[in-house]
Amino acid sequence: MHMADALLSPAIGATFWAASAGTLAWCSKRLRSDARDHLAPLMGVLGAFVFAAQMINFTIPGTGSSGHVGGGMLLSILLGGPAAFVVIASVLTMQALFFADGGLLALGANIFNLGMFPCFIAYPLIYRPLAKAAGTTPAKGRLVLITVLATMVGLQLGALGVVTQTQLSGISSLPLSTFLLLMQPIHLAIGLVEGLATAALIAFIREARPDLVDVGNASAVRVPTAFPTRIVAVLAGFALVTGGLFSWFASANPDGLEWSIEKVTGKPEAGTGGAVHQAFGQLQQRIALMPDYKFAQPEQTTADTAGESGSGETWPAIDAGTSTAGVLGGLGTLLLVTVIGYLLRPRRSRATE
Amino acid sequence: MSSIEGLRREVHSLDATAGQSTWLSRIDPRAMILATLAYVLTVVSFHRHAVAALLPLAIFPVVLARLGNIDLAKVGLKVLLAMPFALMVGLFNPWFDTNPRLNLFGLAVSGGWLSLASILVRAVLTVAAAMILIACIGMHRLCAALDRLGVPRVLTTQLLFMHRYILLLAGELVRMNLARELRAPCASTMPLAVYGSLLGHLLLRTLERAQRIHQAMLARGFDGHVPIGQVFSWHWRDTGFLAICLAALLLMRTTDLSALLGHWLMKAVT
Repeated sequence: MHMADALLSPAIGATFWAASAGTLAWCSKRLRSDARDHLAPLMGVLGAFVFAAQMINFTIPGTGSSGHVGGGMLLSILLGGPAAFVVIASVLTMQALFFADGGLLALGANIFNLGMFPCFIAYPLIYRPLAKAAGTTPAKGRLVLITVLATMVGLQLGALGVVTQTQLSGISSLPLSTFLLLMQPIHLAIGLVEGLATAALIAFIREARPDLVDVGNASAVRVPTAFPTRIVAVLAGFALVTGGLFSWFASANPDGLEWSIEKVTGKPEAGTGGAVHQAFGQLQQRIALMPDYKFAQPEQTTADTAGESGSGETWPAIDAGTSTAGVLGGLGTLLLVTVIGYLLRPRRSRATE
Repeated sequence: MSSIEGLRREVHSLDATAGQSTWLSRIDPRAMILATLAYVLTVVSFHRHAVAALLPLAIFPVVLARLGNIDLAKVGLKVLLAMPFALMVGLFNPWFDTNPRLNLFGLAVSGGWLSLASILVRAVLTVAAAMILIACIGMHRLCAALDRLGVPRVLTTQLLFMHRYILLLAGELVRMNLARELRAPCASTMPLAVYGSLLGHLLLRTLERAQRIHQAMLARGFDGHVPIGQVFSWHWRDTGFLAICLAALLLMRTTDLSALLGHWLMKAVT
């Protein structure tokens, strides 16, 4: 369920980066004031554990497919929200770097989807109250139910996050309802499987080391969690500001975020966006060696997107000349890149760009 | 279990690549990180139908991989493996965006096909950039640089710890699973109960290991902070590298180099 760079607009990517970075900073502050210094090696090794655990699958009876444990809920139960969030952020960073899962810009969105929801929503608002209400010696079935429910809610919210980010970015043309119908049911099933795996693991630990997973026991490895109301409010404000600042950097097409800013602020474009955009447009006009490279008359202009005229960065109307030039130029560029790559082949590294 | 072998190979080969002494490895990792972020932002800032205009940006991964002596074929393979999600979502575009956007020798190409192509190009470029970043600077220097860039110590320490213990735990899991397979040769499946206790045992061992690590760290004078012993100094070379990258990115973002080239080619032909 990793969000990909290719589906994100800069505004949305940066907004979720800011949100995740802010939460990380808050968690880091919380953890620094934590007196137990054995937390550092514990978190590190548990991160490695989650990474390794996701490589081994159990068989789902009757389906022939398999599933594995998800990290968020397990880590939250073992470590508490803030520490679990940091561990998940590190696991996702490793995955982005080593396995190309997601990407660097999407990392913020991924940490938000897979970390924020299980650690700060599903765990403190669903798992903990229910597990506490179940008493000190809950029935095994009840605990399994609670774990599965919390995992499923976390994953549903995460999938919703992916859909929302994709929609707001506007790179994909998938309608919201179709995308929701595609994502949510699949993740209901994945959530059930991950929840069962997590519950099986927790049930085992509960028998072997009940002190580690006992909700009422504060002396376990857990860090006490409170729902970070203040940080959520600050983040929401921060997200709006970054959204406004970054929207000028987004494409010429008024994308989902600009649309939502328009709805929120009531103004067509937030803050300095328009001016910066125009400056960029003028700069482009000046830099462009040959701004009017069309040589044939436009045949039709129906597809010209409304709302981008005057922004200085207009998408050229359909025109056979431009199209052919684009295709030829694209192929030529690829050829050039290949030639340069060939010229720079190993043992011949030149200190030139 | 082949995936764990894959992980092991991955981590080793990345460490080996990052340990090389090349022109690129002498660049301050902070400059590399900033340049990579700028690159990714530039790639995703293009119009959703832009395809040809994105292609000149491919020069970055190619040149950097060469300067850093990184195997481009390996990067390419990983890029392809990482594609599925973007591809899955992008595949729907041709159905929902049918406005003609391009006239290709009399053939109308809809916006959906263009944006699908754009998504694929974006995926290749952004993923390749991330791969080259880590292959060139390695985990240790990455964490040290992130630390100097102001990323919370908790996260950089966490990344370093994880990187160190992943192979250890993966190896332990392989051995445990091998032991299980040897004792149950006919069972090709892994029931949930067995899965739970297998991972549960690993988790218990992991927690005990964490305790031993902590004691060993205390014995060596651990005071709550893991020292990241890398010292960098920012040279003119790094400023130059970053400036060239940013200037090239700005040029490619503001000027459609592909279209210019195509126009010149067409002029040359006619």
